[in-house]
Amino acid sequence: MAETGARLRRVEQTMGTVFSFDVHGGGQRAAAALEGAVAWLCHVDEVFSTYRPESQISRLAAGTLAMTACSPEVWEVLQLCEAAERRSGGWFSAGYAGGFDPTGLVKGWAVERAAAMVHSAGAEAVCVNGGGDVQVRGGPWRIGVNHPLRKGELATVVHADGELAVATSGPAERGCHILDPRTGRPPAAALASLTVICRSLTDADANATAAYAMGARARTWLETLPSTRSFAIATDGSTWSTSPPRG
Amino acid sequence: MNSRASRPLRRFLLSTVATATGVLLLLSLKPHTTAGAADADTRPTAPLPTPSASAAPPSTGSGGSTGTRTVDGDTVQTRYGPVQLRITLDGGRITAVSTVQVPQDNPRDQEIAGFAVPQLTQEALAAQSAHIDTVSGATYTSEGYIQSLQSALDKAGA
Repeated sequence: MAETGARLRRVEQTMGTVFSFDVHGGGQRAAAALEGAVAWLCHVDEVFSTYRPESQISRLAAGTLAMTACSPEVWEVLQLCEAAERRSGGWFSAGYAGGFDPTGLVKGWAVERAAAMVHSAGAEAVCVNGGGDVQVRGGPWRIGVNHPLRKGELATVVHADGELAVATSGPAERGCHILDPRTGRPPAAALASLTVICRSLTDADANATAAYAMGARARTWLETLPSTRSFAIATDGSTWSTSPPRG
Repeated sequence: MNSRASRPLRRFLLSTVATATGVLLLLSLKPHTTAGAADADTRPTAPLPTPSASAAPPSTGSGGSTGTRTVDGDTVQTRYGPVQLRITLDGGRITAVSTVQVPQDNPRDQEIAGFAVPQLTQEALAAQSAHIDTVSGATYTSEGYIQSLQSALDKAGA
């Protein structure tokens, strides 16, 4: 039954989107870890959802919960948000609208950890897709990137074998939900979509969000990020990409 | 200034946080820790083994298949109403994705349904033709569609 070549697939709806798992090998330990990873995502939603009035983030914003009374994940995410904000020169921000809203980072962070949980339980290859942001372990995997202007077509395919994350930001499905933290409005000179590829989905997701908000300035900034590639499609259909700095 | 005095407290707090994180990681591996796992068995998408499953079956793989068939996905409740998709397969290859049920109670719902279904239809077809495992794109809101589509794919072993 629990042969190593077995494959598990699982779809879970939480955090206002859909998470899908594709797990190769690892037998019953990986299957148990998959259940744990799904429970983990639901737990993250309970703690971080801005749509649940009883979540710690909502109670923090309402002033009915002190930061010192929050659970350790909230502290961890706060620190990750601060790091992302520093790294991006303030273009990634979890502090707008008055309260602490880490929504732009939490999903990537949760998916990265979910993939690690299943992989460390012995799975040979793990692919977790959280609403279009992808973290893989092992492989090989082929990850398509949706073309934002030509529905149903792929703009590019990312080949992964090992720890890799692919995060795409853009207004494609949800309307523009990324705001320039300096103006509170959608970014000027917005790209149709921006894909960031690096090892960690926490970083890829936050950096894709920050770079998308930067608009025309994104490219220069992305070129400074170590071990990071990016791929952008402008609203006129032209594309550009960046590679990590040399040395 | 009392910043020096507050340092040890902060350090203590951080080490407490680190320890608690470790404990929490252990706890979160147990499926019973949240309500999400408790009702897992009532959900339409409990893990299904997908025999010889590949996200991108070769288009030439007609052997053993029995021509055109349709598979209905589970009916998924979304905040907009129930959603159910049907996939059509020809020799193990998806040729169409259609809707059995979509929410159409008001103009907003129609807009969502009309937008999401062609998008996902194309996505399923593109994923298959390009032999890819998954797709990255701007955030999905069309949860029900994806979930119903996935369950249809799982049932079909596609």
